[in-house]
Amino acid sequence: MGGVSLRGICKRFGDALVLDNVSLEIGAGEFVVVLGPSGCGKSTLLRVIAGLETIDAGEIEIGGERIDHLPPGKRGVAMVFQSYALYPHMTVRENMAFGLDNIGVSRTETARRISDAARMLEMEQLLDRRPAALSGGQRQRVAIGRAIVKEPRLFMFDEPLSNLDAALRVRTRQEIASLHRRIGTAMIFVTHDQTEAMTLADRIVVMNQRRIEQVGTPLEIYRNPATAFVASFVGAPAMNMLPVTAVPGGGAFQRVALADGAMVDTAVPAASRKGALQLGLRPEAVRLCAAGAGDMDATVAFVEFLGDKTHVFLSLAGGDRIVAVAGATAPVREGETVGVRFDGGDAHLFDADGRNLRIMA
Amino acid sequence: MEALDIPALAHEADAVPPRGWSAAASEARAGLLFVAPYLIVFGVLLVYPLLSGIWLSLHKADLFGGARFIGVENYARLFRDDIFRQAVWNTCTFVVLTVPALTVAGLVLALALNRASRWSAILRGLFFSSSVLSVTIVTLVWRMVLIPDGGLIANLLALAHLPPVPFLSDTRFALPAVALTTVWWCIGLPMMLFLAALQQVPKDLYEAAALDNAGWWRTLWRITLPSIRRTALVVVVIEVILQFQLFGQAQIMTLGGPNNASLPIVLFIYQIGFQRWDIGYAAAASEILFCIILVAAMAQFFASRGREGT
Repeated sequence: MGGVSLRGICKRFGDALVLDNVSLEIGAGEFVVVLGPSGCGKSTLLRVIAGLETIDAGEIEIGGERIDHLPPGKRGVAMVFQSYALYPHMTVRENMAFGLDNIGVSRTETARRISDAARMLEMEQLLDRRPAALSGGQRQRVAIGRAIVKEPRLFMFDEPLSNLDAALRVRTRQEIASLHRRIGTAMIFVTHDQTEAMTLADRIVVMNQRRIEQVGTPLEIYRNPATAFVASFVGAPAMNMLPVTAVPGGGAFQRVALADGAMVDTAVPAASRKGALQLGLRPEAVRLCAAGAGDMDATVAFVEFLGDKTHVFLSLAGGDRIVAVAGATAPVREGETVGVRFDGGDAHLFDADGRNLRIMA
Repeated sequence: MEALDIPALAHEADAVPPRGWSAAASEARAGLLFVAPYLIVFGVLLVYPLLSGIWLSLHKADLFGGARFIGVENYARLFRDDIFRQAVWNTCTFVVLTVPALTVAGLVLALALNRASRWSAILRGLFFSSSVLSVTIVTLVWRMVLIPDGGLIANLLALAHLPPVPFLSDTRFALPAVALTTVWWCIGLPMMLFLAALQQVPKDLYEAAALDNAGWWRTLWRITLPSIRRTALVVVVIEVILQFQLFGQAQIMTLGGPNNASLPIVLFIYQIGFQRWDIGYAAAASEILFCIILVAAMAQFFASRGREGT
């Protein structure tokens, strides 16, 4: 079971470039989640690996073998579609056996694999039903089962949880994670849901506008976003982004001034920065205190009580809006003035091109 | 009854007055009013003629004269009538010649033209265009193709120094010639129905099949055909019903000849009713045709439903 190697993948649909020089290395047995907004090219990336789309440039290898010239069925990959794509006129058993029949697997071996997969996915009682007689969650299991029996070198999931309700989505997410631990095959999982990405991935690949923005572990992506896009896309609520200017006086670290003149000392090494910068602060790095006791005062615009925590949306004096995460019983009311203290040590600075200066330093 | 123990529900149930017979009748009357326009058309144009035809078939009736009740004598005459039996045989043969050909050719054309290219669109239009022609035009065109004296096929045979074949005046070829003309004329509808069905098959089923290493032939047999089986049934039933009613082509191309070799049931009915004016006898033949079509169409339907159920 080798890893997957993508080198310089380009894909066009007519004049539209949908994948722009994408390169990625996936280790054997690694669970990689491709995360990005709609239209960023993440599903196309999956489809070119599967062979459902041709590539205009680049190379794809699985286990050291170049596969980009092979038809989909010869690539040794299995895919779980967003719509599941179960054959509606076949029973669950026939759905699972179809791919094995096509490659000449013996009946005994086919029966063994189906039986093993059905036991693993707890769907033995469903084998003689047709997809129309299954619930959404059961169809999802069958789609996964159909992929498992092929014993592929690479599993691919194209937003497989998006058709499930919230409770089933959480449960299926856990099952997919557990499945990956049991079978240990490399998996690529495409989603636009950051919770799925953060909970499932060994590494997350964040895509935006046809390119890979950043590759890293969930914690790296969250703590050290390479670009302003990654910073604002990953995390809920999104990272606060405030326009600032670099000012001297922070010693070895960069001091910045907000629009209303308030200063924030960051942990970003100082350098000769010019031009507009953006200060990035996770909501948990914004602390509330009594009015007049913080770095600045702000007006509480909106409060969301979530049970375990509270999202407090604030209007700053300069007109900027930020959000802070407070405790479950934060004593704030809409319209109230509160003090705000920034945890500069957790702050990020992004240059005009959106690059994170903390990582570049 | 657990629900009745809940005070709120019990209270709500008390609040709703019991629905009386008059309320139900009033609702039924309103419903009847909605379907009345269609029921009237259905009754006047379909049910009444059907019942009237059955009643007429039990009479010795002249087109311009009175009628005398003779029970099932017309039916008994039909079963003894060699020409009618020949017409039934011809019609069934014609259906066997045309329906499978129309179904298979329609499917093959639909499979070949189910793509988004300019040429496919042009060819789809071209193949469907024959369907909009009148039977007179179609049969005239095909007469020019089939006649031994200067016809297209005769000219082609002449180029190969072969004698012309009298397709329309040879008992062996007359009915197949009418069948060939009919397939050419009617191919548009099955093709379009199959095209519509093929475009309904989700694209991701084909993608899943490609990942399952299914080749073209296996994808056709295991994915495409099962996905459009309902349309195939519709095509077969429609074509069975249509082709059992063969009339115009036989009337114009062969007049049912030679020696009744291409005489279909409808032409027999026409000749008996409107040339010999024996409309009671013609009505009896019509009822037999109705029963044959009904049985053939229902047999297709139930056979297909039985297969789906397994």
